[in-house]
Amino acid sequence: MKLMLFAPELLVLIGCLIIFMVSLGKGNGRTARNLAATIAVLNVIVTLLCFFQDGALFYKVYQIDLFSQLFKLLIAFGLAAVILFSKELKGISEDVRPEYYLFLLLSALGLMMVVSSVELLTLFIALELSSFSLYLLVPMREDSGGLRTQMECAAKYILFGVVVTGIMLFGMSYLFGLTGTTYLGALLPKLHLIASQPVAVVGILMVMAGFAFKLGLFPFHFWVPDVYQGASNETTAFVASVPKVAAIALMIRIASLMVPEGSSVPVFIGVMAIASMFYGNLLALVQTDVKRMLGFSGIAHAGYVMLGILVFRETGYSNAIFYITGYLVMNLACFLVICNVSTAGENVTINDLSGLHKRAPVLAVTLLVGMFALAGIPPFVGFMGKFMLLSGALSQGYLVFVILAAINTAISIYYYLSVVRVAFTASAEKRNSIEVGLITKTVSVALMVIIIVMGVVPSTVLEMAAQAVKTIMITS
Amino acid sequence: MDFLIINEGLPWLSILIFLPLAGAFIQIFISNENASRYWTLFVTLVTAAISLPFFNKFDPTTAQFQFAEHHAWIPSLNINYTIGLDGISLLLVLMTTLLMPLCVLASWRYISTRVREFMICLLIMETAMLGVFAALDFVLFYMLWEAMLIPMYLLIAVWGGPRKIYASIKFFLYTLAGSVMLLVAIIALYLTMEPHSFSIPEMMGQGYSAGFQMWVFLAFFLAFAIKVPMFPFHTWLPAAHVEAPTAGSVILASVLLKMGTYGFLRFCLPITPEATVTFMPYILWLSVAGILYGGFTALAQSDMKKLIAYSSVGHMGFVTLGIFVLNTNGIEGAILQMINHGITTGALFLCVGMIYERTHSRELSSAAGIGKYMPWYVTFLAFFSLSSLAFPGTNSFVGEFLILVGAFTKFKVVAACAIPGAVLAAAYMLRMLQKIVWGGENNPDHTGLKDLCWREIITLAPLLLFVFWIGLSPEPFMNVMHTTVSNLLEQVNGAMGEPATVARMMLP
Repeated sequence: MKLMLFAPELLVLIGCLIIFMVSLGKGNGRTARNLAATIAVLNVIVTLLCFFQDGALFYKVYQIDLFSQLFKLLIAFGLAAVILFSKELKGISEDVRPEYYLFLLLSALGLMMVVSSVELLTLFIALELSSFSLYLLVPMREDSGGLRTQMECAAKYILFGVVVTGIMLFGMSYLFGLTGTTYLGALLPKLHLIASQPVAVVGILMVMAGFAFKLGLFPFHFWVPDVYQGASNETTAFVASVPKVAAIALMIRIASLMVPEGSSVPVFIGVMAIASMFYGNLLALVQTDVKRMLGFSGIAHAGYVMLGILVFRETGYSNAIFYITGYLVMNLACFLVICNVSTAGENVTINDLSGLHKRAPVLAVTLLVGMFALAGIPPFVGFMGKFMLLSGALSQGYLVFVILAAINTAISIYYYLSVVRVAFTASAEKRNSIEVGLITKTVSVALMVIIIVMGVVPSTVLEMAAQAVKTIMITS
Repeated sequence: MDFLIINEGLPWLSILIFLPLAGAFIQIFISNENASRYWTLFVTLVTAAISLPFFNKFDPTTAQFQFAEHHAWIPSLNINYTIGLDGISLLLVLMTTLLMPLCVLASWRYISTRVREFMICLLIMETAMLGVFAALDFVLFYMLWEAMLIPMYLLIAVWGGPRKIYASIKFFLYTLAGSVMLLVAIIALYLTMEPHSFSIPEMMGQGYSAGFQMWVFLAFFLAFAIKVPMFPFHTWLPAAHVEAPTAGSVILASVLLKMGTYGFLRFCLPITPEATVTFMPYILWLSVAGILYGGFTALAQSDMKKLIAYSSVGHMGFVTLGIFVLNTNGIEGAILQMINHGITTGALFLCVGMIYERTHSRELSSAAGIGKYMPWYVTFLAFFSLSSLAFPGTNSFVGEFLILVGAFTKFKVVAACAIPGAVLAAAYMLRMLQKIVWGGENNPDHTGLKDLCWREIITLAPLLLFVFWIGLSPEPFMNVMHTTVSNLLEQVNGAMGEPATVARMMLP
């Protein structure tokens, strides 16, 4: 059944076409939303149904295996959560709402295709499909105060993005030049023979730079704080979580091309990771805008997850998958709160969260769980993920990196804590209480349950991740 | 698994640990304030009732971990759910379960806002605390050790006094910063084990290389010394104690501080014995510094809670002194003193809370001379104060005496330097007592002040009972720890060569 292999992508593609039709009319924001939500939920179901599919499509440039399906499920889940909890789309002007959903779905489609691509050009096209949709989502925010910040950050985003894409293509050309093939499966054995050659290392690192940009890893992080702040809350929720999942999938695919022995690449990546952590955590300490703060925290988390990649072993990869899964969920939990606290789509400052425990207890508890999870406090998934990453990195002898990462945990707690503090101890003063709809409530409870369950009984997800990594190591 | 005596039948220890958590979950659905008070009291009482048979069934002739349970948890990393009690943890578990109902009673009127959330935090705390004492797997231990910070943070930050924000954040940052290196040390130990394992008993007495032991010990020490807190890591303690609500102060003083010393006994001594011996002199002197510093600072306080908080620094100095003299009397005295401090200081915090509920002040001067109006109250207070200064006949006397005996047999100068601490304790406690009972000529007007009600008497009476029980007949309590302590000392003494040169110079 070839159709089943491609069913999730096909569903989203058809959804995109339908929303495109809808977008031709006027004032169809509501319809587009309902459609998008339906498609997103259906997509989760279909992805689940196709979870154990296995096969190759389109002249074997498109691989469906446990690895790709696992990531597709995460992407589908993230997309559905974002659409469901941002139900009013407050920050986007009424007339572009259908288009907003169109590009949101297109971006998700691109990401879903990216994780299945096992050929460099396919990978590139899928990645650009998702990137360009994202570039468009950012400036769609309603102009507030005539400052056009959304335009400014969109320009930054696209300029940085295009430059890094150029670097990535350049790197791909090296890989092609060295091996004469663009298929990852054929690249791998050839590249392993010459892996110690500087050209190969440079090529791989340049390709990785493209994914590091998506992940927001230092020194490719410049877009992160501005885009987080300038884009609407819903867009940021998506940008901050879902593309990072795909970026990790690509990182792992490319990292598996490497032979770590006798190479300085692990140390190189380690230094970038540590720099990311310090940069992100230290700058997050002084932020007042919650989204901008989460942006810096995202840079730090990109550093943490790279501790899994730099191990260059199956265990490290599966730890990275586990961590990014957890990160997706905890980030979504935090953004759920931001989207719902914001009354008219404006940015949320830390002080806006004052008295949240009175105004919306569910959101306050979600925020508590999300923030402490990001900080890496047990029993939440953030701790378990960090613990796995640290033990994986230490088992390969990267003691200095591990100690520095541990110190970063201690630094980061301060800003997470100050958000929780405001929500739980400051008085609400004149701020209104917040109505939380049933769907949002369900999503937030679901996110909290996942955060706790993955933190307490991680075995299932870990084993799944390990299986997924095994499949790509065998096929490649 | 020869170090475990696996419990057949119902997993009572797990039930004990997770009952409060289950209670907290049900509490979410109880919206009536009074109902949630009664419910929490009920849950903590049941937990206390379940914990009592552990004392009777405990076999004091073996150093193995009893009532143990062992289940695979995360097989890919060989992380297990292993719990069990030995002579060190048994008394701490019992103390925790018995104190919790009293904390609920003490918060009955004191907490009037967000009662349900408060009670949920208390119950989650109880699960985490019991789990920490029972955990025999490092990951389980560390998860509970850290998880505890969240409810404790909320207890201080939401229901605390005027400077609660400062105090709660300081508490959180200090404790967390201390324990991140603990995590690295745990992973390093895990990787050193063959096959890799997080089992705490398996790590004991492995004979790691001296250099490795030093680093692990330092990481342990940082985490536990902050928790105890040892001088000079104590600065979070007075802030947290003063701002926390009564129940929070009691939990903090009686249970949380013990986790630091428990950590020394459970991890530092048996896992890194050589490093323990190497660092012993430094820690002994730090303990003495803590004893004297705590004593002098307590003498200068006008805020009752601060006074007791600083006295805790001094008392915990005695405990670490007892642990690190590394002989039977010292360690047994230290364990007993951990319990004693939990009972006495907990009771004193309860007493301060009762005054605060009436006068809304913790200043000594505003509580001066209430003896005339609250005879019952000052009777209790007098006994607890005497216990705190280790008056013969009370519990602390036995503990402190044993510690000093232990210290004098080995390090006379160190012990002699600690003696002024005992004198200081008498000075600051009697000063407080004198002021509260009689006061001076310008006592504030206390007419209309009500003496203790039944609820408050019931809260204090069990603690008074234990003050005298342990004070007059400590043997039943000492009995459970003999075998465990001698086993522990064997593990340390195996590595006990001569102290290094520097150490010899420091210990005349």
